[in-house]
Amino acid sequence: MYEKARFLPAGDKSLIIEFGDSISPEINKKIRDMYLAIEKSGLDGIIEMVPTYRSILVSYNPLNIIYEDLCHKLRELEDNLNDSGSEPAKVVEIPTIYGGDYGPDIEFVAQHNDLSVNEVIEIHSSRDYLIYMLGFTPGFPYLGGMSEKIETPRLKTPRTKIPAGSVGIAGKQTGIYPIDSPGGWQLIGRTPVKLFDPFAEPPVLLNPGDYVRFVPIDEKEYKYILKQVEENKFTVNIALLDK
Amino acid sequence: MDMIKIIKPGLLTTIQDNGRIGFQRYGIPVAGAMDDFAFRVANILVGNDEHEAVLEATFMGPIIEIGFDGFIAITGANMSPKLNEKNIHMWRSIEVHKGDQLSLSGAIEGLRTYIAFGGGIGVPEIMKSKSTYVRGSLGGYNGRKLMEGDEIPIDASKSKAKVGRYISPGYIPRYNNNNVVRVVLGPQDDHFSPEAIETFLNSEYKITAEADRMGYRLEGPKLTHVKGPDIISDGIVSGSVQVPGHGSPIVMMADRQTTGGYTKIATVISPDLPIMAQMGPGDTVRFKKVSVEESQNILFEYEEIISNIKYRVENSFIIQETDKLYNITIKKL
Repeated sequence: MYEKARFLPAGDKSLIIEFGDSISPEINKKIRDMYLAIEKSGLDGIIEMVPTYRSILVSYNPLNIIYEDLCHKLRELEDNLNDSGSEPAKVVEIPTIYGGDYGPDIEFVAQHNDLSVNEVIEIHSSRDYLIYMLGFTPGFPYLGGMSEKIETPRLKTPRTKIPAGSVGIAGKQTGIYPIDSPGGWQLIGRTPVKLFDPFAEPPVLLNPGDYVRFVPIDEKEYKYILKQVEENKFTVNIALLDK
Repeated sequence: MDMIKIIKPGLLTTIQDNGRIGFQRYGIPVAGAMDDFAFRVANILVGNDEHEAVLEATFMGPIIEIGFDGFIAITGANMSPKLNEKNIHMWRSIEVHKGDQLSLSGAIEGLRTYIAFGGGIGVPEIMKSKSTYVRGSLGGYNGRKLMEGDEIPIDASKSKAKVGRYISPGYIPRYNNNNVVRVVLGPQDDHFSPEAIETFLNSEYKITAEADRMGYRLEGPKLTHVKGPDIISDGIVSGSVQVPGHGSPIVMMADRQTTGGYTKIATVISPDLPIMAQMGPGDTVRFKKVSVEESQNILFEYEEIISNIKYRVENSFIIQETDKLYNITIKKL
C-alpha cells in the first residue's frame, strides 16, 4: 500500500485514486473506507464510483468541480480517514451443490491436486472469501483468499456457455458466474441463488468488501432453493464475519 | 397506441439514451448513445429532455412506419432521410403523421444517425435507463437490436415539439475520414517509454474491422511497454486507450466492460468522442495531447455550444413559403 494515494487523470471527467500496486485485504479495506467517506461527504459533482482491487475510479462533472479542486478535497478526505466509520463486514452464505453435472471439472481439480473430491469440497467451503470487486460481467465477484491446495489452471479450451450460478476455479481464484456466459474456469459446482437480477434494487446480491461463504447442499436442497428463488421467496443467510 | 413499426431494421438500430449511470460498480456497462452531440441535439430539436431515448442507426438505416401524429428530428450521419419518398432535412424538427413512411439508406457521411421522437420512446427503464446493451441482452426493446415487425411505443402525447426548429448550419458537424482527437495522457502512461508516448502522439492509426459499440481496435506503429502490458484490473472510462501486450491501441467506447487489466496510455476527451463515434473501419485518427485543465476548458466550450443551440431552438424557428425561407426570432416584450 502506498503511503499516500496517487491521483491519476482518466480524461476530462474521471480520475483514479490508486492506493497500491498489489491485491491485499488492507488495500481493500482502505478502498472501502474511502468509498464510504466520499459517499458521506456529499461532495458536489460526483457522478459515480467504481471500486476495484487497488483503486477507485471517480466519475465527476467538471462543471461542478474541476480536477485540481477535486484532488484537493479527496486528499483531505484521505487524511481524515479513520477506522471507526466503517461498518462490520457481512458474510453472504451461498448454498452450493458440488460435483456431478453441476460441477463437471471437480474430479480434474481433485486429481490435479492429489486430493479426493470430498477434500476439494471441504477445502473450498471452509473459508470466507473477500469480495474485492465486481466486474467482467454484471455482478461477477472477484474473490480472494482461496487455498493453494486446490489451485488449478484454466481449461485449455474455454466453454462457449457456462450456466448462471456456476462456481469455478481459475488458477488461484474462485468465482461464481452471475449470468450465462462463455468462460475457461474449472467448474466445481453450482448455486441456485441469483447473483444478478436487473429488475431488483440493488440489481446484484454481492458487494465489494463483504465476504462469500460456500455452504455445501445436496440435489434435493438445490431443487428446493431453486424453486424458492424462481418464486422470489428465497433470501440468503447473512452472517457477521468472525475474526 | 402511438407507436412506430419497423419495416426494415437496417444494420444495427438500437434504442439508446445517456446510458446506465451509477451501476458500473456492479459490473454493469454504461451503454448509451455513441455520439453525445448528435444525440442531445436530436432531443433538443423536438423539445425533449436532452437525455431522452432515441434510435441510433448504424451504417445502414431503417425504414419505419410512423404510427402517430407529431414530430421527429434526425441528426448525426447523413443517411439521405426521406419521408414518403421525399427528401427531408436533417438537424430540424419535422412534422409527421400516422401512416407516413420514414426511410433511411446507407450512411454517405459519418456512421451513426439519431432519430428523436417528440415525447420520447415509451420502453421501460431498466436500471434507470432505456439504453440497449446488446451483449448483456439488457434494456431497450427486449434487450436487442430492432428487427422487422417490431412495434415501439412513442410517448407522442407528452410531446412539447414545435414546428420549424433548426440549428444554425455553423453548428452542424462535418464528418471526415481522417481526424485528430485530443487525449489526456494516463492513467498508466508511466508504463510506456517516452519514445512510445512520442510514437503514439505522432503517428496515424487506422481503425480496423474490429470496431463496434464496445471499442475500436487500431492498427499502426506498435507501442512498447517498459513496465509490462498488464496491470491489476482497474476502472475503464469511455475513451480509455488500452494497449495490450501486442502493442496496438484499442479505444474503449459506450458498451465497454467496466474494468480491465490492460495498461491505458491515454484517454480521449469526452467532447471529441462524437468524432470517434462517427468514424468506422478504414478511417484514420491521430492523437493530440492536452492537459487535464485544457480538456476541462474544452468541455466547458462544448457544453456552452449545446446550451446556445438549446436557447436558439427554443426562441426561433423557420417557416417555408414556396421557395422562400423565413427565420423568425421570438423575443419577450
